[in-house]
Amino acid sequence: MSALLELNDVVVRFGVRGGLFRDAGSIDAVSGVSLTIDEGKTYGIVGESGSGKTTLARAVAGLHHASAGSIRYRGQELRDLPEAQFRKLRREIVMMFQDPIGSLSPRLSIKSLITEPFRIQGMKDRDLDAEARRLLAMVGLPPEFAARYPYQISGGQARRVGVARALALDPKLLIADEPTAGLDVSIQGEMLNLLGRLQDELGLAIMIITHNLNVVRHITDRVGIMYLGKLVEEGDTDTVFATPQHPYTLALLAANPEPDPDAQLMRIELQGEPPSILRRPKGCEFHTRCPFAQASCSSQMPDWQVGDAGAHRCHFPAVWTNHKAVPA
Amino acid sequence: MTDTTMPKPRSELGEILYHLVRDPLGLTGLVIVVLILASALFAPWIAPYDPIALNVPDRLQGPSGAHLMGTDQLGRDTFSRVIWGGRVALQVALPTIGGAIFFGLLLGMIAGYGPKWLDNLIVLLFDTIRSFPTVMFALAVVALVGPSLNTVIVVIMVTSIPTYGRVVRTLTQSLKEAEFITAEKSLGASTPRIMAVHILPNVLGPLAVLAAMDIPTVVGLEAGLSFLGMGVKPPTPSWGSLLNDGYNLIRNTPWLIIAGGIPLILTTIGFTFLGEALRDVVDPKLRGKGGK
Amino acid sequence: MAVLDIQGLSVSYATPRGELKALRDVSMIVPERKIVGIVGESGCGKSTLISAIIRLMAPNARVAAGDVMFRGEDLLGRSAAQMRGLRGTEISMVFQDPMQTHNPVLTVGRQMMDIQYRDRLTKAEKRKRATEMLALVGIPDPEARLNQYPFEFSGGMRQRIAIAMALMAKPSLLIADEPTTALDATLEVQIIKRLRELQDDIGCSILFISHHLGVIAELCDEVVVMYAGEVIEAGSVRDVFHTPAHPYTRALLECDPGHIREKTRNLPTIPGSIPDLVNLPGGCVFAARCPQRHAACAVRPEPQFASPGHRAACHLIKAEVRA
Repeated sequence: MSALLELNDVVVRFGVRGGLFRDAGSIDAVSGVSLTIDEGKTYGIVGESGSGKTTLARAVAGLHHASAGSIRYRGQELRDLPEAQFRKLRREIVMMFQDPIGSLSPRLSIKSLITEPFRIQGMKDRDLDAEARRLLAMVGLPPEFAARYPYQISGGQARRVGVARALALDPKLLIADEPTAGLDVSIQGEMLNLLGRLQDELGLAIMIITHNLNVVRHITDRVGIMYLGKLVEEGDTDTVFATPQHPYTLALLAANPEPDPDAQLMRIELQGEPPSILRRPKGCEFHTRCPFAQASCSSQMPDWQVGDAGAHRCHFPAVWTNHKAVPA
Repeated sequence: MTDTTMPKPRSELGEILYHLVRDPLGLTGLVIVVLILASALFAPWIAPYDPIALNVPDRLQGPSGAHLMGTDQLGRDTFSRVIWGGRVALQVALPTIGGAIFFGLLLGMIAGYGPKWLDNLIVLLFDTIRSFPTVMFALAVVALVGPSLNTVIVVIMVTSIPTYGRVVRTLTQSLKEAEFITAEKSLGASTPRIMAVHILPNVLGPLAVLAAMDIPTVVGLEAGLSFLGMGVKPPTPSWGSLLNDGYNLIRNTPWLIIAGGIPLILTTIGFTFLGEALRDVVDPKLRGKGGK
Repeated sequence: MAVLDIQGLSVSYATPRGELKALRDVSMIVPERKIVGIVGESGCGKSTLISAIIRLMAPNARVAAGDVMFRGEDLLGRSAAQMRGLRGTEISMVFQDPMQTHNPVLTVGRQMMDIQYRDRLTKAEKRKRATEMLALVGIPDPEARLNQYPFEFSGGMRQRIAIAMALMAKPSLLIADEPTTALDATLEVQIIKRLRELQDDIGCSILFISHHLGVIAELCDEVVVMYAGEVIEAGSVRDVFHTPAHPYTRALLECDPGHIREKTRNLPTIPGSIPDLVNLPGGCVFAARCPQRHAACAVRPEPQFASPGHRAACHLIKAEVRA
């Protein structure tokens, strides 16, 4: 299985305008992320607000400029690629957005929306009606939907339209930004099953951005946990779920408890709020909230350590013996 | 598998009309506007007399069976002049507003979507135009090319462009950040395409409302300029020139000034009601239906 | 005596398409000092229920039938002025969106003091009370933060402030409408824990609306499950989540991501969607999507008791109990 997308130490930096009392500066929404997505595989990027996951996704989709590092798609460097050349790649790298109805141009019919990619790429010789029907069928929507408008469909249906539009030109990499956010629990499965099915049928690689670790568990091959713009843990999904090492991963797992009032939870409770990326903590950036923080955590940034059980960035990762974790 | 219980939607025009007739103000406005447009369109058939036909023996009469609004100082039927004046009003209003919309859209979208320096330049242009009092500008133009209908049209159009331009610019700026624009960019849409296909249609709604409410202003401006003698030349009837005549002859008969004033009032009421009602209809639809 | 006793409440909206029956024959009780959760998905009517209780309904809504009793007194019959007297003192609310709850141009301290307008305290005393409440909800350095504006706080903090404001008057009933939905999960657990502690201290009852089953299991004593405008199951959290009696509840639990133990590519879903609330088909409201539907479901089921205190509206329960 060859690598489709390779990220190496990607940094996405935004300038902050100086004001009357403030110096102009910059913030790193993404401060050094490295990962690899193989063809036909699913990668989950998990993080909460301020983690930089959406910024990372948009940088890969060519919507934000990556300030440093390398983003290679099939060996081709994407960072600093001129838009004229990137446009050709937009057939292969597509994105699905978080706001299902807001990401659809309100005055266009569903048919126009899902056939936009053909028009944009100059493929006007295709039978757009037929393509529209094909795409709607692929996502399980009836052909009558082609005549409707975004304000006439529900959120779940709009998500499917977003998927249909993304699939129009047979892409190789689909970036899905929070595909299940806001969906009722009873239909979350529909979206995830759809993505899984499309992956099997089309050999599509998928990068899923989400804050919900449980969603990621079922349909990803690998997962990366982000905090304040960096990866804190990364690895094969089954392994990360079976033996999570970083305290933040443990906290995320504990924060989505099963609906059982008697469940004994390994409750990892974080203190306080996520720090602002304008004032990054010294040392390990997670130490301000970490229940296991020790003296060295506030002075020294942990290295990225790659091991058999996945990679992580922690001085004192959890050690697993017999299915019980002991923080080191 | 999916929810198909949503009812078959009405066409967009159907939706607008449906909500419009249910609003009493909107309905009133719609009726008045239709009447004004119809009388202007069918003027040759509706007006009982030729508006420039002289009939000096019957001058300065009050309203009667033969002359619904009386006659003016040259015996011309006032009612017919009012109706034909409506034609002139619309002959001025439509190209003026059409031109202002065209240039306002163009400049407004470029200012809203394009680079900051271009935005600053265009806003400077708008502010410059707006700082000129309309009448002074008209005087300057008239001094150069003489009074005529075209003069009035050009003057009002140029001074209206900033109004439309600013609204378009603000709308464009907020749309620029919308998620669907980002989505189109991710598909590779070029800037001209985004502006023409995705921004323009979303700006037209509020613009139509603005235009509807602007018509009375434009008509009033035309009347004012013609009143000052800078607009249409006699004997062409215009509501402004009627007001002018009426003002001069107010001691002889009040009916001329009333005849000039009533159509202006009606136009203002009709288009304003219609514009307000349209805005209510257009807005919630743009925000989208749905909710729990 | 129950703090809140709702019997047979039916609320409808007048829409262009016809009468939308948003709530039909809803009955539930919030006992004193208990936390009752309402669980349901889009269209289940929980928002309508809340708006009916605090009498802030949309103009096209009307109560078609039923009673809402607050501490033994009828709420529905009260005048607008009487309701205003209750809101913020006896009954307070915390809303979903922390970004929109506070007035952006007033400092937090000012807002917290303003809502004490009914109390005869000096300004210094009101300020002290506000500071204490902020400390109780876990805001560090509360005295100083009273002078800050809402935009200077994060979403999680704003929600804590909202809770502080709601509990300041020591209400009998706190209604929390999806208060943690917009927050990160790690923040959610902190706030839920704090809410539990506060409820214990103050001794109020809480009506907690959420679609997050795990949080309901953790926080609530009792739970009411709603579907398409009806209460289809109610009971203690233990009963309902361990031995769900209604097929919808069972299906919902199966779909919850926290519940699914094994990794699977074929996640469970509930096919179909809620019925059209304007043109309701008769019979059990869940029948069209129920895997166990049978002939009897053409008749609307009455609530049956699967066990003491645990009721559900399903024909199958009678059969099970009998069997």
